[in-house]
Amino acid sequence: MALKTEPFVLNIGPAHPSTHGVFRMRSTLDGEVIVDMEPVFGYLHRGIEKLAEERTYTGVIPLTDRLDYLASMSNNLAYCLAVEKLAGIEVPERAEYLRVILAELQRIASHLIAVGAFLNDCGAFMTPILYMIREREKILDLFDMVCGQRLTYNFMRVGGVSQDIPEEFLPALRRFVGQMPGFIDEYDRFLKENEILLARAKGVGILTREMAINSSAGGPVLRGSGVKWDIRKADPYSIYDRFEFDIPTGAAGDCYDRYRVRVEEMRQSVRIIKQAMEQLPSGPVRSEVPHLIHPPVGEAYAHIEAPKGELGFYLVSDNSIAPYRCHVRAPSLINLTALRDMVVGWKIADAIIIFGSIDICMGEVDR
Amino acid sequence: MTVALSGKEIAGQLEGKFPGSIVESGRDCIVVNSDSLLAVAAFLKDTQGLDLDYLNYITAIDYYDHFEVVYQLVSLEHNHSLVLKTRCYQRDNPTLLSVVNLWQGADFQEREIYDLMGIRFEGHPNMKRIVLWEGFQGHPLRKDYL
Amino acid sequence: MNIINLGINNLGQPATLPPDWPGGFWWHWLVFTIIILAFVLSMVMGFIYFERRGMARMQARLGPNRVGPFGLLQPVADAIKVLLKEDIVPSKADKIVHWLAPVVAFVPVLLIFAVVPFQDGALLADLNIGILYVVAISSISTVGIFMAGWGSSNKYSLLGAMRGVAAIVSYEIPVVLAIAGVVMIAGSLSMNQIVLAQNVPFILLQPLGFLLFFIGSCAEINRSPFDLLEADSELVAGFHTEYSGMKFAMFYLVEYAEALAMSAIITTLFLGGWRGPILPPWLWFVIKVVAVFFVMIWTRTTLPRIRIDQMMALAWKFLLPLAMINLVITAVQVLVWPTAVPWVMIPVNLAIMAVLVVVWSKFFKLGWGRVEV
Repeated sequence: MALKTEPFVLNIGPAHPSTHGVFRMRSTLDGEVIVDMEPVFGYLHRGIEKLAEERTYTGVIPLTDRLDYLASMSNNLAYCLAVEKLAGIEVPERAEYLRVILAELQRIASHLIAVGAFLNDCGAFMTPILYMIREREKILDLFDMVCGQRLTYNFMRVGGVSQDIPEEFLPALRRFVGQMPGFIDEYDRFLKENEILLARAKGVGILTREMAINSSAGGPVLRGSGVKWDIRKADPYSIYDRFEFDIPTGAAGDCYDRYRVRVEEMRQSVRIIKQAMEQLPSGPVRSEVPHLIHPPVGEAYAHIEAPKGELGFYLVSDNSIAPYRCHVRAPSLINLTALRDMVVGWKIADAIIIFGSIDICMGEVDR
Repeated sequence: MTVALSGKEIAGQLEGKFPGSIVESGRDCIVVNSDSLLAVAAFLKDTQGLDLDYLNYITAIDYYDHFEVVYQLVSLEHNHSLVLKTRCYQRDNPTLLSVVNLWQGADFQEREIYDLMGIRFEGHPNMKRIVLWEGFQGHPLRKDYL
Repeated sequence: MNIINLGINNLGQPATLPPDWPGGFWWHWLVFTIIILAFVLSMVMGFIYFERRGMARMQARLGPNRVGPFGLLQPVADAIKVLLKEDIVPSKADKIVHWLAPVVAFVPVLLIFAVVPFQDGALLADLNIGILYVVAISSISTVGIFMAGWGSSNKYSLLGAMRGVAAIVSYEIPVVLAIAGVVMIAGSLSMNQIVLAQNVPFILLQPLGFLLFFIGSCAEINRSPFDLLEADSELVAGFHTEYSGMKFAMFYLVEYAEALAMSAIITTLFLGGWRGPILPPWLWFVIKVVAVFFVMIWTRTTLPRIRIDQMMALAWKFLLPLAMINLVITAVQVLVWPTAVPWVMIPVNLAIMAVLVVVWSKFFKLGWGRVEV
């Protein structure tokens, strides 16, 4: 005898100890299984695109820090590349290498939080995330040495970086890069083959290859589904074509694959930093750029492989000191498009894990 | 290196199939008529050799007398990209056809353009505001908002 | 050093206390009630502190270290905070059920300690059905949990409570079967007799039983990795969402008191209770209880949480068959070799456990046999 059930609507969020930021999943449940889900966000909308139209080109850089506040260096880098493309400004060699080192350090820091938060959602009660925060503290100390800030750095400038690195940076970086692979191996030893983690994350929240491409996913979400697309290899920006590194991909597109892709990417980032450190030349760190930049009339789009996906800036200029239009191609917003299809059919506990495995930052989603 | 397809070449191909659709073609972008947007987009997605199956972004710009909506399409397989633009000349209630059925990635981005610029997309299953709350008056990214 | 010096009995241990020590039924009852209450409350406070400090050290951080020396007064501070909070009751809640639920959950846990031996003969009541009494009483807490979920008029609390009841009921069976194995070897249901029969601690004679009992009791008291009821990364705090103030403190106490009770039962059944050389027996008891609790903290810090359907599958498809096999093997051993020397049985039983666990885990994978890494 079939039991007559009635679906009911449940709000997961916005104030929830586990959703990464203020995000609401309006789910329709039948028992414990989710039959429909509508994401609702906008709680963190600050109008960054509109604000950017009223600031000078250099003045927009602190705004970009606050987009994906867990990966500020990458945001700065993308924006500076866009302005340099628009205005035709060259960047000196030393600045290029420094940018690469800082961007890859930032990728490791962002992935540490992403993996840690994902494992926290799986229920491992803070232990993995605290271990990873211990490593992230070392990276934040390095950033503190460079620019005095721990979260929103405002460090890159149009034409280079804002100042040169202090003396103690390179020895500390060398120490960090020596220890980091050991730590990643330690995390793998604890977690990679843990039966409970496999049971919770393998086969859960599958994003097929076609679905990933159709919903414009990027970053580890796309690579976890088996598409070998990384902007650093496909459309190299800055000096990434001089380094040797691999692109990890997953096979099935489930949460476990996305988690593995992020861990492997951390290893590859360490590899890139080692190569960049060896080849670091001396020289100026910023090219001669006027205080108020007047790019010629036109438009430009520059994109980078940010930790969360493809981050791009689309700038339109009308030869004044402020951008006419600055649009942010936010990876977190676009990766969320596939969330509904990934979540439907799973239980509430799985929905939290699937959402955590996409790794979004609300600052980017809402802008 | 992602090759940016030449606007003139693609324009030539499109004029052949959809006469009257091209308004302008630049070195790296093409501007199409808002009526033939959907047909051109479907052609670009499905043609062998072009295979532009990845929609990178959609954005809109307010040029005082018209709105310009910019689409960037990428082919992951062939590693080339194309910028497609279209213009809307109405100010009060501009509408365009939605490409959500071709690329699902357009879902949130079209809602955002409606929310902040005011351009409605016909055929979108859920045309409501996304970053601002229901009941907000006005469209903030327009140049005449503040 | 002993509570009362009565000389040595034939086991080489201090002689048994008479059943109505210190004399008279009511004095005996009063003294032991006070001892049990003091023991439970102080050990629970100690456990709360121990867990927070222990988990913190395992997570590369410090833990509470401000309140009092080494943070030892932290539980006192928590207790005072929680007592001063406003007691909020949802307006649509069933008032009586809502008020009674913490009581119904907490009282049975205290009742379990009536049969736990602190020293030879030092029990509130040396029932000759000791362990059966424990199993029966511990099930009453479940009713308290369900009352809490129902009385909150909150659909998520009800969901959480229903999940909890299903889980607890499923895990009762392997636990009871593991106890049956111990009882067969000891030959008695009385807790004191079980301790006295352990010349060799039963953990060595019944390793599989110990494993089953430990996992089952972790699941019954909703500790990680089975703490899906109070998971903060799931919806809300489960069945005790709508509780605040002292009632919430009661549920919190219930969690730790049940952990203490299960640790005490494990110590009594498997680790030899109060037996041990040199130190006074009650000190051995406390040491063993703390050791078992330490293992519980260890698993909590290390393992992720499993989902409710995986938890039920674990109980019915993995623990239950193993429990039944364990029972059959123990029965055969007790029947066929009743006077076997322990030194022979120990390696035999350990080998049987190792083989069974490895073989059975090949049949049952928690993730239903998905593709391997």
